[in-house]
Amino acid sequence: MEMPAPNPAILAKRDRVLTQLAEILPAEALISDEAERRAYECDALTAYRCVPMAVVLPSTTEEVARILRICHDEKVPVVPRGSGTSLAGGALPTEDSIILGVARLRDVLEVDYADRIIRVQTGMTNLAVTGEVESDGFFYAPDPSSQLACAIAGNIAMNSGGAHCLKYGVTTNNLLGVTMVQMDGTVVELGGAHLDAAGYDLLGLICGSEGQLGVVTEATLRILPRPEGARPVLMGFDSSEVAGACVSDIIKAGVLPVAIEFMDRPCIRACEDFAKAGYPDCEALLIVEVEGSEAEIDEQLGLITQIARRHNPVELRESQSEDESKKIWLGRKSAFGAMGQINDYMCLDGTIPVSSLPFVLRRIGEMSKEFGLDVANVFHAGDGNMHPLILFDANKPGDLERCEAFGAEILKLCVEAGGCLTGEHGVGIEKRDLMAVQFAPEDLEAQMRVKDVFDPQWLLNPAKVFPLEVSAARRAA
Amino acid sequence: MRPASEEELSEMVRTAKGPMVVRGGGTRAIGRPVAGEVLETAGLSGISLYEPGALTLVVQAGTPLAEVEAALAKEGQRLPFEPMDMRALLGRDGEPTVGGMVAANASGPRRVQTGACRDSLIGLRFVDGSGAIVKNGGRVMKNVTGYDLVKLMAGSWGTLGVLSECSFKLLPVPAAEVTLVSAEVSPAEAVRLMSQALGTPYEVNGAARGADGRVALRIEGFAEQVSYRGAALRAALGGDWEVLESDASAELWRDIRNVRGFARAAGDVWRLSVRPSEAPDLVARADCPVVMDWGGGLIWALVAERRDLRASLGAFKGHATLIRGSEATRAAVPVFQPEAAPVAALAQGLRARFDPRGVLNPGLMG
Ligand SMILES: Cc1cc2nc3c(=O)[nH]c(=O)nc-3n(C[C@H](O)[C@H](O)[C@H](O)COP(=O)(O)OP(=O)(O)OC[C@H]3O[C@@H](n4cnc5c(N)ncnc54)[C@H](O)[C@@H]3O)c2cc1C
Ligand SMILES: Cc1cc2nc3c(=O)[nH]c(=O)nc-3n(C[C@H](O)[C@H](O)[C@H](O)COP(=O)(O)OP(=O)(O)OC[C@H]3O[C@@H](n4cnc5c(N)ncnc54)[C@H](O)[C@@H]3O)c2cc1C
Repeated sequence: MEMPAPNPAILAKRDRVLTQLAEILPAEALISDEAERRAYECDALTAYRCVPMAVVLPSTTEEVARILRICHDEKVPVVPRGSGTSLAGGALPTEDSIILGVARLRDVLEVDYADRIIRVQTGMTNLAVTGEVESDGFFYAPDPSSQLACAIAGNIAMNSGGAHCLKYGVTTNNLLGVTMVQMDGTVVELGGAHLDAAGYDLLGLICGSEGQLGVVTEATLRILPRPEGARPVLMGFDSSEVAGACVSDIIKAGVLPVAIEFMDRPCIRACEDFAKAGYPDCEALLIVEVEGSEAEIDEQLGLITQIARRHNPVELRESQSEDESKKIWLGRKSAFGAMGQINDYMCLDGTIPVSSLPFVLRRIGEMSKEFGLDVANVFHAGDGNMHPLILFDANKPGDLERCEAFGAEILKLCVEAGGCLTGEHGVGIEKRDLMAVQFAPEDLEAQMRVKDVFDPQWLLNPAKVFPLEVSAARRAA
Repeated sequence: MRPASEEELSEMVRTAKGPMVVRGGGTRAIGRPVAGEVLETAGLSGISLYEPGALTLVVQAGTPLAEVEAALAKEGQRLPFEPMDMRALLGRDGEPTVGGMVAANASGPRRVQTGACRDSLIGLRFVDGSGAIVKNGGRVMKNVTGYDLVKLMAGSWGTLGVLSECSFKLLPVPAAEVTLVSAEVSPAEAVRLMSQALGTPYEVNGAARGADGRVALRIEGFAEQVSYRGAALRAALGGDWEVLESDASAELWRDIRNVRGFARAAGDVWRLSVRPSEAPDLVARADCPVVMDWGGGLIWALVAERRDLRASLGAFKGHATLIRGSEATRAAVPVFQPEAAPVAALAQGLRARFDPRGVLNPGLMG
């Protein structure tokens, strides 16, 4: 993975820029010390690191605007940052860039249950948003596994999803409005507590734009009443193909579970060791969760288990208690952590049409032999969002490169199968150079034109999303 | 002009000498009047791919909506967002097309639960104003690869590109539905009831106040689920409710969705998107017959001809669009809500990049 060489002209301006920033920010909001800056050298894609020129931690929208105006006038690249949990290198700085972190923007601005909205500053974590409304029976639906740490800012920039998005949608479907600061310091309000845009859907465009169009400082989010109850059922099968066919039949039958999660044998084992969730020993496991009152849950699970039986499951077990349900989910949500304890891994995020699941899983198995690297699969089966974890040894020379090459092949396979490179983690730097696999030059050109409008000088997070050679002319201008 | 393929469409746009009026079925005559050569999309028709087991549909943009709905119904599925049919309201005939629906981001009562058209739209192909063929999104339900131009194109009224193909996420049609109907209540009481209902866990997916002032609340699901939730909702809200089931319920929501109450009435029709809790006050200021949907978030107002409704509303968070108006009204008042200067500048910038020669429905949105 390559990053553009730092621009010496910008490095030479460092003192001047820092002096200007120091004039408008309280001392604790500007980090210039090398050791402290180092804390911002990477996000959760830890294989790539670079210490930024400086870090700023504003606490108001107005401060963000002032910072951006200075950087704009000095032509200094800015990399927005939430909590730094991106798995795609979205928050990775360059040596000649300034990290703008929103961690100090954490206030709840408004909660309104009648209108079912919450307005927050975007440095607030995902879980804290639900925490704010939980005692009143509401929740914020998108629930990435990283929800304890990740910020709403990063969720919006990556259009993050979660285990329950089959029913509730991803971030973009639950975002009603934002306050955003453009690179030149202009503050815009998009959307609000009402639905749909007056003109073009700029809000929809901002969500998922990976910090390249503006810095989002406030967000209006849709909150929902918590369901009366929820219960998962575990289903074990002796092949991934059969599990895939079962998923398709459940969906066709008209039941709409909140989640359908899939794990294969290596992943089941690791999670079981880690969380003691009582997972069966089998080739493929599905966790299917439905919601409602007790009677409604019984009705839906009755239908689902009836379908599952037609596929000869080796295990079919409804959760019997709140405690058991928690354990089942803990196992799934700690999948990445559990794998991380036994191996270095690279987590992919391609999405495929649900109908191609059996084919793609088989091909990944074959490729795993070709590359000599093991793969564990865990993913959101209901919507085809795969998370193959390629296991490698970071201390073994050549393993990371082999792993990356393997990963690229899997993502190409996803695109060939009618899917895409990333379902929820974003492009960042990780999939940047594969964009041409999925998109024709005209497709990328249309997207880059959007950046031209919002950030004509390409100063916001410029070296991401688009292959470097494709964006070179624009970044240089 | 009537291209028979995406390539032909691209060629026609590329070589266009002047403004073009993009027309699907011609049933949503909305926006500022546009003069130009008509570009019809009817030749781009047909379902390209339908996978019921994956809940996905890929369809060409000129396909009649009726054809799509019939194909989905056969498999017990539907478009989640309940698109309205404007023919009666606008007094027009013709066949609404998929492209027109998307270009209008047309969404009905179920918007409060399953989102707008843009939320079910997972991919599309279009020809921009220079004639380039562009794709974005795909046919999978989760996709964050690159910018979301799908959302940008939905609701852009054919001013940024001509859609050639659209992909949707579908939902199964539930087995049963029930609607609770109240007596006539004030707009304030209606919003209170609708907010309370939408705040329960019973998954109310329609919350409207009809032209007759009665509140309607809809629940869909499996048979037993629906009867349980209906009863639970009634208990939570208190008061007397009439209960409508199956066909009677469906018909009521069809009328609300298509604003049938205003179809034959004289006057202009405005559509307001507002914060629900502000709706009662805005309705009072509008001082005219209204239909409220989306729990109060959507207001259809029947206004005396040529009256500038925005002048009576004053400043509010949301927007008002003139949907049905004579040439005279549409020439006198802005059809779309004027936007704040920085937002308008962004919109203008996008138009300039996607349609540099100004050939696609120029002036329709401003
Ligand atoms: C263990 C683990 C599990 C995960 N599980 C999931 C999952 O289930 N689903 C999922 O979708 N993701 C998951 N992720 C990925 C990650 O958590 C999400 O992408 C998350 O939304 C990133 O949020 P963040 O605040 O950490 O953002 P950061 O990592 O700080 O930044 C992410 C991107 O957002 C941009 N950005 C940050 N702040 C702003 C702002 N204010 N304005 C504009 N742009 C901004 C950055 O420039 C960057 O491009 C997981 C990650 C880990 C480590
Ligand atoms: C009584 C009367 C009233 C009229 N009122 C208006 C008016 O208010 N505004 C007006 O402009 N003209 C108006 N006209 C002129 C004329 O009716 C319309 O220009 C013409 O019918 C276009 O139909 P349509 O495309 O709007 O319909 P639809 O096909 O329903 O299209 C709706 C919108 O989507 C766009 N669209 C359709 N298909 C696509 C696609 N594949 N890709 C991208 N965009 C697409 C259209 O350009 C339009 O903006 C009126 C005519 C009459 C007789």
